[in-house]
Amino acid sequence: MDEIQNKEQSTSTHKIGIYLWIWGLLFVLSFFSYMVDWFAFQGFLRWTLILIFMFLKAGLIMAFFMHLYWERYALVNVLLWPMTAIAGFIILMAAEAKYTVFTRLLYFFIGG
Amino acid sequence: MSDNSLNNLPGGFKGMSHDMGSDQTAFKGVQWGKVMMWIFLLSDTFIFSCFLISYMKGRTSTVVDWPNTSEVFSLHVGGVPVPLLLIAIMTFVLITSSGTMALAVKYGYEKNRKMCGWLILATAIGGLTFVGMQIFEWSKLIHEGVRPWENPFGAKQFGSFFFMITGFHGTHVSIGVIFLFIYARKVFRGDFDNGKRGFFTTMKSDYVAIEILGLYWHFVDLVWVFIFAFFYLW
Repeated sequence: MDEIQNKEQSTSTHKIGIYLWIWGLLFVLSFFSYMVDWFAFQGFLRWTLILIFMFLKAGLIMAFFMHLYWERYALVNVLLWPMTAIAGFIILMAAEAKYTVFTRLLYFFIGG
Repeated sequence: MSDNSLNNLPGGFKGMSHDMGSDQTAFKGVQWGKVMMWIFLLSDTFIFSCFLISYMKGRTSTVVDWPNTSEVFSLHVGGVPVPLLLIAIMTFVLITSSGTMALAVKYGYEKNRKMCGWLILATAIGGLTFVGMQIFEWSKLIHEGVRPWENPFGAKQFGSFFFMITGFHGTHVSIGVIFLFIYARKVFRGDFDNGKRGFFTTMKSDYVAIEILGLYWHFVDLVWVFIFAFFYLW
């Protein structure tokens, strides 16, 4: 891996084929995620498919269009680790939302 | 990026500890402007995350049904409602412009001035199309009675999240389009070939600027991927 990476970095420009491939894949993945809505999948299947296509698209854009795949780990890790804080925030707020809706149901409909 | 001395450094995690602990430039072979753009994009990621997380919180905690986005954003083609049609077209336009931008960066590094300029111009036109369609979408929804505080389709919070999230993203696209036009002009004028000095700087222009502009533009596309998944499809 190191050899390939170093070679890429020393030339700093990549073959046009890789960009066209990623571009094509992004189109296909977008089409698939639109099809999720078109065929009106519901529930767990819908959410799983949406998330899979979303993360694949995001990963391809970051890795190849934004060149992260070819960057040194010093930069990649500085950029990607802070994202775990977002994951933590999502978990906290999901729990908070559950609590809010619980109290709303309790006081709006059952009465305090 | 084209620094041959990088080849003599270790790669991977070993390389990372070497770079970070070397008491000098940590981000080796990366121009400072590119690092700064990445840091900015990281902070922007946090802003968009906050919007999307508050949307998640608002949508989960409301006791009223959330509007069916598939119907709200449908377009009538020949009298038949097609779900999410406009949003799908917007997604494809943005991905197209992201692809032309990636190629512009490539041709920029190859010092192919004409190709680079035309591709940046194509990217700008794609972005302009996207903003145009968003204006159409906004005016359609406003006409149907969607407001930040109420809407005829369901939970009241829908409007405020819609205008906030797509509005903030649309602002990013608009700013990107302005910069794309400015940089297309700079490329065609040959600023990056003869190293003409920039507006606010004494440093010479370099094609790395196109890559930095590209990072911003790909980020706008990246954010749309998440908005499309969570706001429109979920």
